[in-house]
Amino acid sequence: MNFMLSMLISACAAILVVLIPFIGVGALDLQFLFGVLIPYAAMATFFVGIVVRVIGWACSPVPFRIPTTAGQQWSLPWIKSSPVDNPRGQGGVVIRMILEVLLFRSLFRNTRLEYRNAEGSPKIDYEWEKWLWLAALAFHYSFLVIFLRHFRFFVEPIPGFVRILESLDGFLQLGILPFNGMGVPGVYVTDLLLLAAVTYLFLRRLYIPQVRYISLPADYFPLFLILALGLTGMLMRYCIRVDITAVKELVIGLFKFSPVVPDGIGVLFYIHLFILSVLIAYFPFSKLMHFAGVFLSPTRNLSNNSRMVRHVNPWNYPVKTHTYEEYEDEFREHMIEAGIPVDKEPEPEEEEKKE
Amino acid sequence: MADTPKPDELAKIDHAPPLCRGWMSTPVDIKPGIYCYGGKEKNLATVDMPNARDWNPAEEDWKLPEDWQETVHDGFKDRLERFRSLKLFMDICVRCGACADKCHFFIGSGDPKNMPVLRAELLRSVYRKKFTLGGKILGPLAGARDLTEDVLKEWWSYLYQCTECRRCSVFCPYGIDTAEITILGRELTNLLGLNTDWISAPVANCNRTGNHLGIQPHAYKDMLDFFTDEIEDITGLRMEPDINRKGAEVLFITPSGDVFADPGTFTAMGYLMLFYYLKDLGLDITWSTYASEGGNFGYFTSHEMAKRLNAKMYAEAKRLGVKWILGGECGHMWRVLNQYMDTFNGPADFLEEPVSPITGTRFENANSTKMVHIIEFTADLIKNNKLKLDPSRNDNLRVTFHDSCNTARGMGIFEEPRYVIKSVCNNFFEMPAGTIREQTFCCGSGSGLNAGENMELRMRGGLPRANAVKHVHEKHGVNMLSCICAIDRAVFPNLMEYWVPEVDVTGVHEMVANALVFEGEQKRTTDLRGEPLPGMEDEEDV
Repeated sequence: MNFMLSMLISACAAILVVLIPFIGVGALDLQFLFGVLIPYAAMATFFVGIVVRVIGWACSPVPFRIPTTAGQQWSLPWIKSSPVDNPRGQGGVVIRMILEVLLFRSLFRNTRLEYRNAEGSPKIDYEWEKWLWLAALAFHYSFLVIFLRHFRFFVEPIPGFVRILESLDGFLQLGILPFNGMGVPGVYVTDLLLLAAVTYLFLRRLYIPQVRYISLPADYFPLFLILALGLTGMLMRYCIRVDITAVKELVIGLFKFSPVVPDGIGVLFYIHLFILSVLIAYFPFSKLMHFAGVFLSPTRNLSNNSRMVRHVNPWNYPVKTHTYEEYEDEFREHMIEAGIPVDKEPEPEEEEKKE
Repeated sequence: MADTPKPDELAKIDHAPPLCRGWMSTPVDIKPGIYCYGGKEKNLATVDMPNARDWNPAEEDWKLPEDWQETVHDGFKDRLERFRSLKLFMDICVRCGACADKCHFFIGSGDPKNMPVLRAELLRSVYRKKFTLGGKILGPLAGARDLTEDVLKEWWSYLYQCTECRRCSVFCPYGIDTAEITILGRELTNLLGLNTDWISAPVANCNRTGNHLGIQPHAYKDMLDFFTDEIEDITGLRMEPDINRKGAEVLFITPSGDVFADPGTFTAMGYLMLFYYLKDLGLDITWSTYASEGGNFGYFTSHEMAKRLNAKMYAEAKRLGVKWILGGECGHMWRVLNQYMDTFNGPADFLEEPVSPITGTRFENANSTKMVHIIEFTADLIKNNKLKLDPSRNDNLRVTFHDSCNTARGMGIFEEPRYVIKSVCNNFFEMPAGTIREQTFCCGSGSGLNAGENMELRMRGGLPRANAVKHVHEKHGVNMLSCICAIDRAVFPNLMEYWVPEVDVTGVHEMVANALVFEGEQKRTTDLRGEPLPGMEDEEDV
């Protein structure tokens, strides 16, 4: 399968995800199915799926202590060690993990190969490349802020942190149109950042030859879904308004497990909700599980202390070894001749037999 | 054996993979110069490996057992249940591509399946088909495919084009470690008897004679005697080592490569001289012929084989009744000692916490394995002014240092060797950042790929390292590449000859011994290689 086919398949799947609720709600009036049943099923799949997956990983033991050491070990007292990149104890591991999870530290190291071959003499350079790291940060943090902002729709009254986030996020005071007002709300920075980051993450899959080559449908599909999720959300906020009060009634009903389906919510909302449902139901089966997996990664979450503290392998089993006795039995005469000490002097009978 | 292309031919590398043809529909090509010869029947049989037979990777028929698919399936499942690393690394890759251009084999070959992510995808695609719901239902749409004989050959080809150097894992945002995937992937190939000759023969040798090269005890002693004679010629002092001596305080274990081939032999002479120097200061040390191998080619075969070969170290330490073990300069040997040995074959409760008999320093970082790296040991000696050194004896050298992958990313030894080198020679120059320390580039021949028949692969894989050496050669006139790894010493001479012929290769303890000033030694005119010392060129002619 090549990249065009991968992209096409993912795009078709994403379009289907948009069309299903469009027809289901727009033409068939299945509000309860799309507003209540599917979101519940998706949430259940999401939580159960993640738990099952993580337990599945955790069931496999970590037989060996294999951290990737990216700094000086702790050895002699006068040598400065790197407690974070080569942690000796749990404290360093915690800091290493925090930096990894919150700041994507390993990705920050990224460079780009520059290979030149001038008249048969190769020259290799490693250029600055922080775009992937920047885009990844922008993407994940925008997503987080947007998610938190959504608490406006989940909780009544609206929590204080949501208001603070909204005012910070809206600091640009820009309208979607060249002018403010007309009932169109101000633009959130995170909306723009998310769109930009997702677009970049998609374009680099097309543009960078190596990344294009390794990309699977499973790489394009979540990007398309998230793009569609963001776009439908933004459409609702900035262009085609839906009845927010009714939406909030539905969402709060969902969270209180007493679902109601108010009339008059635009179909766009159901599309948005369905995309989200598909995304979270897909989550436990997909590469998106990296969010949980990173915490379990044995090259990152272990300290490099296996010379100091014995690490036990739960399935360790005895193995066959070639013992010293077997070794000496084979080479005893040579060893004696060469003046190498032996454990067992040859028995006289053997000597006689040989003679 | 295939002819290796000339450097200017080999340097024509295209890093852009094909546009339209996807990797799953690109069949594997087992190329001469890239692949290693298949393992021989006798070597597999002698250590009870399955499907022992002579086979040739270049031939169509690999003589697989009838039920090979079932064997791989069961073996895969078993390893997913035993290794969280494998299970996790099969699931969480997002294919961001950060690792792609970090692999020396990809940089040197442009072969897209040498991108770490794709090397892992070769296994992941089969994993999805066998063990995930999506893969079973959607097949190729979910990036899944069946394990056919062609896919198996592809696995084999690329699992033996990875040196388990872990450079990619430094850059991976989830710490996915290709070494782990290669190690376990190779275990699967070994269930079918698909090892290489250059790995399986050393394993069989090591099992029987105690070392990879198959040197028998008397021949091992001959080599040490030869070094003793050489050293006597140079210094006028006879520095005989003890072998298999019970009751010594310390057991010394180093890779057998250093006892057998230049320039490692000069490093071995360095050890002998250092130990002799320290004898009067209280060092009571013995070599062993039974545990005469520090390296562990079992580690390139399976965890079990690694454990089998590694077991000799503690067994010999126990038999001889030593207090602790000192280990020589080696790369993967130290990854095994640091991250596996205690777990494999410990607890070493019959040994004592290592203490330097000369300085009294306690090596607390080794108080469970009871095994100290000689570079830690020597750095401590120098710091405590226990060695009389004349670094000017190394003034003919302009030295750079190669961090070996395993001591770098599987241990974190960076400062100790630099401290020792700077103490014993006056001209030290670092290679560019991004090619040293935790980002160091592999020699291109580690993990059992240092055979002769795959020379093209080795020259390709070593290109990034050689390129950095070339940089300091041109900028600072560097003429000596130092390292603390026996495989490095065995393979760098070829690599330098090919890409940077003006640069030679040395172990750190060769330079230590050159600089070491002995009481009562004759005036030295040559270094350990028999080449004139700086300022002694004329005396050599006399």
